[in-house]
Amino acid sequence: MSARADILAAIRANKPGFSGPAPDIPNHDDGYPCDAADLRALFVGAMEQMGGAWVEPASDETLTATVHRALGDRLDAGSCIASNIAEIPGDRRVCEADTSASLNDVDVALLRARFGVAETGSVCFTEHELVVNAVAYLAQHLVVLLDPSEIVTNLHRAYQRDDYKTARYTVFHTGPSATADIEGVLVRGAQGVRSLTVVPAVDQAPTPGG
Amino acid sequence: MHIGLFVPCFIDAFYPKVGIATLELLERLGCRVDYPFDQTCCGQPMVNAGCHAEAAATEQLFVDNFAAYDAIVAPSGSCVHQVRDNLTAIEQTPAVKHVRENTFELVEYLHDVLEVEAFPWACFPHRVGYHDSCNTLRHLGHGKPSELYGPSFSKPRTMLSKVEGVELVTPDRPDECCGFGGTFSATEPEVSGQMGRDKIADHGRAGADYIVSADTSCLMHQAGCAKRIGAGIQFRHIAEILNGANA
Amino acid sequence: MASDNGANATSEAQPRPAKPGAGKRVDHAAGARQFLAATEHAESHDERVWAMRQRRDAAVETIPEWEELRDLASQIKTHALTHLDEYLEQFEANAKANGIHVHWAADAADHNRIVHEIFQENGVQRVIKSKSMLMEECGFRQYMDAAGFDMIETDLGERIQQLDDEDPSHVVVPAVHKMRSDVSQVFSKTLDSDPGNDDAHYLTEHQRQATRPLILDADAGMTGANFAIAETGGFVVCTNEGNADLSANVPNLHVASIGIEKVVPRVEDMGVFIRMLSRSALGSPITQYTSHFRGPKPGGETHIVLVDNGRSERLGSEKFWSALKCIRCGACMNTCPVFRRSGGLSYGATYTGPLGLILDPSIDARRYSNLPFASTLNGSCTNVCPVKINIHEQIFEWRKVLAEDKQVPWTKRSSLAAAGRVLASPKSYRAALKTAHSALHYLPDWAIYNRLNAWGQVRDLPDVPAEGTFHDWYRKHRLNTAEAGDNE
Repeated sequence: MSARADILAAIRANKPGFSGPAPDIPNHDDGYPCDAADLRALFVGAMEQMGGAWVEPASDETLTATVHRALGDRLDAGSCIASNIAEIPGDRRVCEADTSASLNDVDVALLRARFGVAETGSVCFTEHELVVNAVAYLAQHLVVLLDPSEIVTNLHRAYQRDDYKTARYTVFHTGPSATADIEGVLVRGAQGVRSLTVVPAVDQAPTPGG
Repeated sequence: MHIGLFVPCFIDAFYPKVGIATLELLERLGCRVDYPFDQTCCGQPMVNAGCHAEAAATEQLFVDNFAAYDAIVAPSGSCVHQVRDNLTAIEQTPAVKHVRENTFELVEYLHDVLEVEAFPWACFPHRVGYHDSCNTLRHLGHGKPSELYGPSFSKPRTMLSKVEGVELVTPDRPDECCGFGGTFSATEPEVSGQMGRDKIADHGRAGADYIVSADTSCLMHQAGCAKRIGAGIQFRHIAEILNGANA
Repeated sequence: MASDNGANATSEAQPRPAKPGAGKRVDHAAGARQFLAATEHAESHDERVWAMRQRRDAAVETIPEWEELRDLASQIKTHALTHLDEYLEQFEANAKANGIHVHWAADAADHNRIVHEIFQENGVQRVIKSKSMLMEECGFRQYMDAAGFDMIETDLGERIQQLDDEDPSHVVVPAVHKMRSDVSQVFSKTLDSDPGNDDAHYLTEHQRQATRPLILDADAGMTGANFAIAETGGFVVCTNEGNADLSANVPNLHVASIGIEKVVPRVEDMGVFIRMLSRSALGSPITQYTSHFRGPKPGGETHIVLVDNGRSERLGSEKFWSALKCIRCGACMNTCPVFRRSGGLSYGATYTGPLGLILDPSIDARRYSNLPFASTLNGSCTNVCPVKINIHEQIFEWRKVLAEDKQVPWTKRSSLAAAGRVLASPKSYRAALKTAHSALHYLPDWAIYNRLNAWGQVRDLPDVPAEGTFHDWYRKHRLNTAEAGDNE
């Protein structure tokens, strides 16, 4: 017999002789704000706790200007900004044909989030926003545009979306890469990005791919 | 209500004052209390080490001594936990079930059954660090353990708060195990001793003059650790304080 | 949190308990003694691991439905495990439909061979890998070394342990037993870092720079999985460093090793588990990265190896099957006062702390026969467990099983049998107490506090009470009888 058949036979012979029912999962979000501004405030607080930064556009500022202001001293003359955002040019685009290794010199990746989660301060991407998945980890910094109307209350709501059933890759980013593996000292940028900045920006375009 | 007083073996041998205080306190509160004379132990030392068969005869003797009483009360959480939850080496006859279902730890008996409102004879003008033994806290439900979400409550602190003069202090790790653990104290003496010293130090930093508990075994271990390192903190069983000990 | 300015630097050598050879029993008490003897390491370890428990408590306080979530998580796992065959088949069918290759491994050797073959077929030489307890369980790193592959751990803690040729000591923070002076020594020897610099930021950055070229150059990436979802055929990986996503997304070949117990029915079940996992582990609301892999990236190839390695057998154990619910958050380790004071390496096993106490004996009862005794049965582990495994009750139950299987040393069993005989007889008991009291009165301290007396090693015995036993007092004051009589 194959290992597969052996394992399944052993499970059938051994599994407990009763059937535990699958529970209904409540939304647990009665206590969340109904008001979009309050939900956004909750998102910002959770994200900042995880090391992310929130930058509000000034009233007379272009989106590009806001992004440059948000990046502040993280940019220099030689910095390479890779943009997946139509309205911000950047120094280069990310194309499906790009190898992962070719993205290693990206200093800043500009991405649009699919949605956000207030409970955790997470932003969600699929392969449609990333184009090449590795860009979100090989870049030194991430700047993420998030439509404030696309913030769900908590993870129960987040998992009611279809993305996990349609996308090949769906990921929550919550703040930048972090480690405390050396004597408990928190260090940002262990292997992935060193910083994650979220800028609120209404999505004018239809959601790519979906 | 006819109570059988259960005085566990190490209290009998080393802490008779705890047994005396328990007896006197229950009598002050109007209970009719007998001390069955042929009692020895609940079987815990063997069961704790996994040796259930070796505990069977001791468990049977325990049941024989106490089956005739309406309630069995003991000043020791770990022994009550053994009787209530782990006295399983012998056939579960009606007598065994009766004993297991009606054995109470002293504080829960005072709090849940007698619902004592005052200890007018008691005065203990000292700073007290209450030691939640793991058996009373997590296995008998004396209070809300720090790990669980929910409203705080503590039956022993509620009782102590009714004693004039008691000032309760709280250590940084309020319900960390003290390291006694039954046979653990002998199989892992270094870890056990370190936990005991850490516990004493934590209470000391919180300003406790006395460590008070409902479990004599934890107190015996901590007092032994304190004496070895020359720590000045003192130890009392909660029965002694509720019965009017003032130092 | 430890300061990072050199204040905690130590020159104390890291304690390294020896791992017993094949056929030998792990002596946890001896490992613990050695660990505690390195006082700075021991104190730092206790504080840091306790800090994780405290952060967990603070996170739990923000979730009023916490205890309800624990119930839900436990129910989902019970449901999944009582229908495990069905959900594995559903998972496999969906994964294949998404273009993922699915393999089944009966045991560790099977797993290692299957991965080896995948690598051979794809001409793989260099592999980057994120942390996986299952791969630790399979001895995969050692296997790959022997087979001549270059495999690089990309989780920082795991990388430290790999470079130091030492096992991880904790399921979430593998190098938590090391101080930064230890890490500095390892990196200066292996990564050419400045031996005089033990700043955590410097050390982390140094390894980042050293690891990045290896990541870019890898032929394959490996991850474990925290959850496998039957409904989608996808799997979920939770990390903080971004290393799992680099491992999975940079090379074109991704191999994921998944224990068969990881499968859950539905996507919506993730809401429950992800809300609890990182809060239980580290006290953060979620890991920095929660990644859902449902199919290979364009031009890429994804393989899953479903591993049994004793799990299907454990499922048949009435007392111990529910340990399969474990989601490896490490909360039981963080709260365990024995783990905090003995360090993970003292367990001599892949799984350490309370989780190890109930898993390891099912892997090798003789080798790990001492572990269920490395507990005070305080029950805190059970209370923090997000899937409500009755950990301390299983530890208690393992003691019974080991005693019945004669895995408890004969000297211990025979002395407890003797105690049982004395305690079953009021007459013998009274006689023994008299002897003990006399002995305490008349023996010199050196006889009482010798190294054979475990109690006396670390603590003094209580004084012999002036009034005699309670029994004596009661007879004198309540029965008004003289010394002689009844059972003496």
